[in-house]
Amino acid sequence: MEHFLEQVLNGLQLGLMYALIALGYTMVYGVVQLINFAHGDVFMVGAFLGYFGFAVWGLPLPVAILTAMVTCALLGVIIERVAYRPLRYAPKIAALISAIGVSLFLEYFSSLKFVFGPNYRVVPRPFPEVHWEIAGLSVTNIQVIVFVVVLLMLILLQLLIYRTKTGMAMRTVAVDHNAARLMGVNVDTTISITFAIGSAFAALGGVLYAIAYPQIHPFMGIMPGLKAFTAAVLGGIGIIPGAVLGALIMGQIETLTSAYISSQLRDAIAFAILILVLLFRPTGLLGRTETEKV
Amino acid sequence: MPVRSKLWSILLGVVLSVALVTTGCGGQGKTETQGASKEASKEKVIKIGFIAPLTGDVKTFGESAQKGFDLALEQAGFKAGDYKIEPVKADDRNDATEAVNVATKLVTQDGVKAIVGSLTSLTTIPISKFANDNKVVVITGTATSPKVTVDEGKRKEYVFRACFIDPTQGTVAAKFALEQLKLKTAAILYDQGNDYTIGLANNFKEAFTAGGGQVLAMEAYAKNDTDFSAVLTNIAKKNPDILYLPDYYQKVSLIGKQARDKGIKAVFIGGDGWDSSDLDYKTMEGGYFTNHYSAQDPRPEVQKWVEQYKAKYNQEPDAFATLTYDATNLLLNAIKTANSDDPTRIKEALQNTRDFSIVSGEKVSFDQDGNPIKPVTILKIEGGKQKFVAAIK
Repeated sequence: MEHFLEQVLNGLQLGLMYALIALGYTMVYGVVQLINFAHGDVFMVGAFLGYFGFAVWGLPLPVAILTAMVTCALLGVIIERVAYRPLRYAPKIAALISAIGVSLFLEYFSSLKFVFGPNYRVVPRPFPEVHWEIAGLSVTNIQVIVFVVVLLMLILLQLLIYRTKTGMAMRTVAVDHNAARLMGVNVDTTISITFAIGSAFAALGGVLYAIAYPQIHPFMGIMPGLKAFTAAVLGGIGIIPGAVLGALIMGQIETLTSAYISSQLRDAIAFAILILVLLFRPTGLLGRTETEKV
Repeated sequence: MPVRSKLWSILLGVVLSVALVTTGCGGQGKTETQGASKEASKEKVIKIGFIAPLTGDVKTFGESAQKGFDLALEQAGFKAGDYKIEPVKADDRNDATEAVNVATKLVTQDGVKAIVGSLTSLTTIPISKFANDNKVVVITGTATSPKVTVDEGKRKEYVFRACFIDPTQGTVAAKFALEQLKLKTAAILYDQGNDYTIGLANNFKEAFTAGGGQVLAMEAYAKNDTDFSAVLTNIAKKNPDILYLPDYYQKVSLIGKQARDKGIKAVFIGGDGWDSSDLDYKTMEGGYFTNHYSAQDPRPEVQKWVEQYKAKYNQEPDAFATLTYDATNLLLNAIKTANSDDPTRIKEALQNTRDFSIVSGEKVSFDQDGNPIKPVTILKIEGGKQKFVAAIK
């Protein structure tokens, strides 16, 4: 039983990691209805900037994280301005292809020697690791930090979207661009803000990921990005709590599969469950079935 | 429609292969005439390809190997027999598809007669297949999978290597763990998509079980995995003496760290993939790995090589530099013996190599599978450095 609980805890850590990325994914989708495939790569850029911040330039950790978040927020805004805004009223597929292009560009541009370089880098722990034994379970301070950060992000996002003017603008834009503009909402600014926040969260996730799994490289964003996207879809894409729920489920499925069935079947089973859920609930677990607008 | 498109693709295939054969013949004719005209102007040239991962996840391997290759050619004065050596280098990024692309370019466009490389089995298996089909000699310094020189029981006649093969490495590691370290139980973690780690893992398991040891767990992961907590929690519960990690330095560093986080106290043991300055030495402290050579080996050939390498590059040569240096020297020796730029004659000269001393072993000859006969070195990670422990036959 203890052993099982420990595996659940492992799954929780993995799930929370996915949640860090999935939150930004789902928020951007919720407002712009665009699957921002470059999100995983912004996450990678964030991880690298954080690493450079605290391990190379010697900044204190909070400053390093803040630098990474601000830089990535800017990066997100630039990506939106350059690659998505011109295509906003083009068919959806055009923006999607553009997003894939941005994703590949970020990966290969980062691999260049004068940018981050193609190498794997070992990330030193910026603070000593602490183990706590609670009822036979070992919990690390990194797990606690990740848990607290995800919780804070979730609450902040909910407050932002439902309690602030910007949030109201976001919700309006999500419903209808043109109607929002007629109501005096600055659509472009609102979308820029959405991207800025989403990308800043991706950077935060990247730094924490690099601390928990201490190795970074320019292609590190692909797999976690895909898994987080899956998690967001599983929970109901565009719905903030759904992203966290989906991510936690993904984490548990993956961990329990490799712990009790076979480590080789892990991804196969995780994605098979995704397909099953989508077959029976196409809008995801928390998604409402929408009636098609005519 | 599908039938028709299939027909078309068959037709296209036929046309393409005819084109390939004719151009291939044309190319050969051309080099012959070139050779003849060059003979008049006294200087004969042979092009040698060099393939290594110069970027990507194992680029430190490639950089070292390139230094070994350069130094071997430089010491030979870019000459072997009557031939002037012209090197052509290519980067495979440790990607199997890219490896075939660059090998195709070297063979069909540059017209190389022999290739030194690549470094990992992942890329060298497809390269060696392609080169063997096109009758171009390949000698790899470090690709240890048996499949490099043998394809489904059939020897690739043009392919050789300067290193021992995976079975030897896994077997020696198991023997060393049982007999010298007196450890009895092991857990194994390996990459299910990589022939190198599969080969080491299987052979370690076989030899360890045969020697009276017990393998408590054997778990697979995928190349891009970063979270091993589930599997490691299971392993921690079984409390093995050994955690056998036959993967490359970046992956074992990551797994090693998480294993210690999970409270696994086992001794880490691995293969030559650990040999990198980018290995996380702090995490892997106390671990052992099998390797081709150690700079601390007191043999005079080794010490001379270390000195020359240090003089040129101001660092100690690792196994990748050394074995690629050895591979290049074996090839140069064969070209000299054959005194020909005909790959078939170079291949025969290589196969007939007898008692040729290289840095990683004395009096080397090749067995019938193109593998050299020589000992395995065991190294320990101690105080953030590699320490020579033993050389086992």
